Amino acid sequence: MGDYASAQSAEVLQKNISGLLCVFVPQQLQGDIQRLSHLLLDRALFCYQMLKPKKDLILPNGGTPAGTSSPASSSSLLNRLQLDDDIDGETRDLFVTVDDPKKHVCTMETYITYRITTKSTRVEFDLPEYSVRRRYQDFDWLRNKLEESQPTHLIPPLPEKFVVKGVVDRFSEEFVETRRKALDKFLKRITDHPVLSFNEHFNVFLTAKDLNAYKKQGIALLTRVGESVKHVTGGYKLRSRPLEFAAIGDYLDTFALKLGTIDRIAQRIIKEEIEYLVELREYGPVYSTWSTLEGELAEPLEGVSACIGNCSTALEELTDDMTEDFLPVLREYILYSDSMKSVLKKRDQVQAEYEAKLEAVALRKEDRPKVPADVEKCQDRMECFNADLKADMERWQNNKRQDFRQLLMGMADKNIQYYEKCLMAWESIIPLLQEKQEAK
Amino acid sequence: MTENNFWLKKIEISVSEAEKRTGRNAMNMQETYTAYLIETRSVEHTDGQSVLTDSLWRRYSEFELLRNYLLVYYPHIVVPPLPEKRAEFVWHKLSADNMDPDFVERRRIGLENFLLRIASHPTLCRDKIFYLFLTQEGNWKETVNETGFQLKADSRLKALNATFRVKNPDKRFTELKHYSDELQSVISHLLRVRARVADRLYGVYKVHGNYGRVFSEWSAIEKEMGDGLQSAGHHMDVYASSIDDILEDEEHYADQLKEYLFYAEALRAVCRKHELMQYDLEMAAQDLASKKQQCEELATGTVRTFSLKGMTTKLFGQETPEQREARIKVLEEQINEGEQQLKSKNLEGREFVRNAWADIERFKEQKNRDLKEALISYAVMQISMCKKGIQVWTNAKECFSKM
Repeated sequence: MGDYASAQSAEVLQKNISGLLCVFVPQQLQGDIQRLSHLLLDRALFCYQMLKPKKDLILPNGGTPAGTSSPASSSSLLNRLQLDDDIDGETRDLFVTVDDPKKHVCTMETYITYRITTKSTRVEFDLPEYSVRRRYQDFDWLRNKLEESQPTHLIPPLPEKFVVKGVVDRFSEEFVETRRKALDKFLKRITDHPVLSFNEHFNVFLTAKDLNAYKKQGIALLTRVGESVKHVTGGYKLRSRPLEFAAIGDYLDTFALKLGTIDRIAQRIIKEEIEYLVELREYGPVYSTWSTLEGELAEPLEGVSACIGNCSTALEELTDDMTEDFLPVLREYILYSDSMKSVLKKRDQVQAEYEAKLEAVALRKEDRPKVPADVEKCQDRMECFNADLKADMERWQNNKRQDFRQLLMGMADKNIQYYEKCLMAWESIIPLLQEKQEAK
Repeated sequence: MTENNFWLKKIEISVSEAEKRTGRNAMNMQETYTAYLIETRSVEHTDGQSVLTDSLWRRYSEFELLRNYLLVYYPHIVVPPLPEKRAEFVWHKLSADNMDPDFVERRRIGLENFLLRIASHPTLCRDKIFYLFLTQEGNWKETVNETGFQLKADSRLKALNATFRVKNPDKRFTELKHYSDELQSVISHLLRVRARVADRLYGVYKVHGNYGRVFSEWSAIEKEMGDGLQSAGHHMDVYASSIDDILEDEEHYADQLKEYLFYAEALRAVCRKHELMQYDLEMAAQDLASKKQQCEELATGTVRTFSLKGMTTKLFGQETPEQREARIKVLEEQINEGEQQLKSKNLEGREFVRNAWADIERFKEQKNRDLKEALISYAVMQISMCKKGIQVWTNAKECFSKM
């Protein structure tokens, strides 16, 4: 019943689009747009197929799977057909936050769990609010599931499992806090995505009391989703990536390269600043030592010492801010470009599969004009993939622009604040120095 | 002499130029040195305009000679120090080469400052050799050597670490000596750390310059973000290059501190001279006391302490009364002489203490004034650096906000 209803609503929408076209669009363009809307409908239906819940699945959160699944699918379908208008969150109906990290010490292992609080008005959530605890492994599981079940979409990256550089204390407050922020960002990115946020694994992740039970159950059932993709690797080489995807690929290569450089520069700056701080911490007290030798000069020297102390504190705040706020965002985007490259590769495989089939058909039956159904299906899949990828890429570009704008403005702000604090400190000692001078 | 003083009060001194020269030294070896042009202008009363009076070239070694002469002739004065011969306490980006133009320029300022310090000193400005240093290019060295100042110099002072066992040191001078030691150590520590601070600050700024390049490269692949990134990159370049001027200004502050680092040495020189005088005085007093004792022994015939003379008397028998009379007479003469000497040394010592203390008081005032000024100018430099920083980052923020 759900299938029918949603297919119908899609059709209604298509008709509406055609209706609108008659009014606004010149005749010769209408054909193109009609075709586009057909494509959209196909894509929507395909996506719907992928989203369709497995009937034999028991959701461990005690909800009623049959009852909730249909509206979920149809609303996701509508969501897609709205052409992602509301990514800015005006109509946001799902809020997820990660907080309150807790350390668990067991006999076998020690790990951190994070509290995940979900508030939603969506119908697929039985309760308006959920609160569960998850550890990194669970996030990792979720990401794998999303990759499997949404192969055509760009899945946001998780923070690295281990920090490569040096021996980092995984349980230190800073490390846990940085990771918490990254995990929060990860879930928020999924929440903001018009398709991924409706993924059932995501739903389970947010709501299930016992995620492990669900994990075990899911292993057998969900392996076949990625199947078709894995299937193709049988030697066929893609003729050529379409220009626009080739451009995306090139873009990502350069983007990752430049971001890597920025990351190194930022780390180097922090390193230099910390060394500068070490020297400043020695520099200030020398003025204090000097002041003990002097009479009239004692106060001015003490003033300079205090002033250098204030500047040191401001500098420390700056490096802390940069370490905590600047570097993680860069890292996220470096990882993002990897996720993106892997989706791009999957897309190539789908295209390769289609081209291989098309070639095989052309070789076998050159005289028959009709293309077999499986080849058509394959073409649909490719087109659907392309459309998803393009939409995700566009969304990503938009996010990236906003994120970097904010990030870089934040960097500028932090530096301005640092200089303002130092300026205040130095300005405050000028009268102290001058008064004495004039009094003499 | 008073004529000179009168003249110096209406004169402006400047070291206006430095020039690299090659010549032959005493060993007839080729050498390169820097000569400095000293210009003196007398100030006209009527319109305040200055007219070039004289100009001549001097090299660093001649400045050194002048100072050595002053040190010997004015032991009670804290003689202004020369700027360093070789660059010290430099941060590594700065050249330590003696011929480096920046170093030569800073030394030029230092030498000018040295001359101005002497010219403004109430006693030193009246010195004839100084006057000739400014006005007579040829034969100046010969004139200095004719003063015989080198003979007058006490070689004991050259042994830098020798201490004289003074029984009754002047507490004020002991404290002053202690102060100059501490001052020297604290300023040299300060200069060392400041050089490292400058090094690190340089690093922080210059690494930001890398953003300039990478933003510009990145901007090439971006559409909407491109322009903002590109111009922000430009501001990062500006930021990175702004440090050069900032640190160059700071070097001036370092030079001001260095002058007082060397002043600490000059202060100690005065203390040492006082110590030496006190030592001589005590030695003379001791000598006199022992002679008085001898005289008394001879007169009374008793030997209070064990001595070689006592032994010889016991072994060889008593002297004749005539011999004894003659010896007592000689000793009495020596005692008289010694008493006169002690008196004059005492007088000399008191005179020295009075003069030295007056100059030390003058020096302290000058030091407080100068260092306060130096601290103010340092604070002003820091303020201008902060303002520059705020400006650049505000500009960059503006660019980022357009992305």
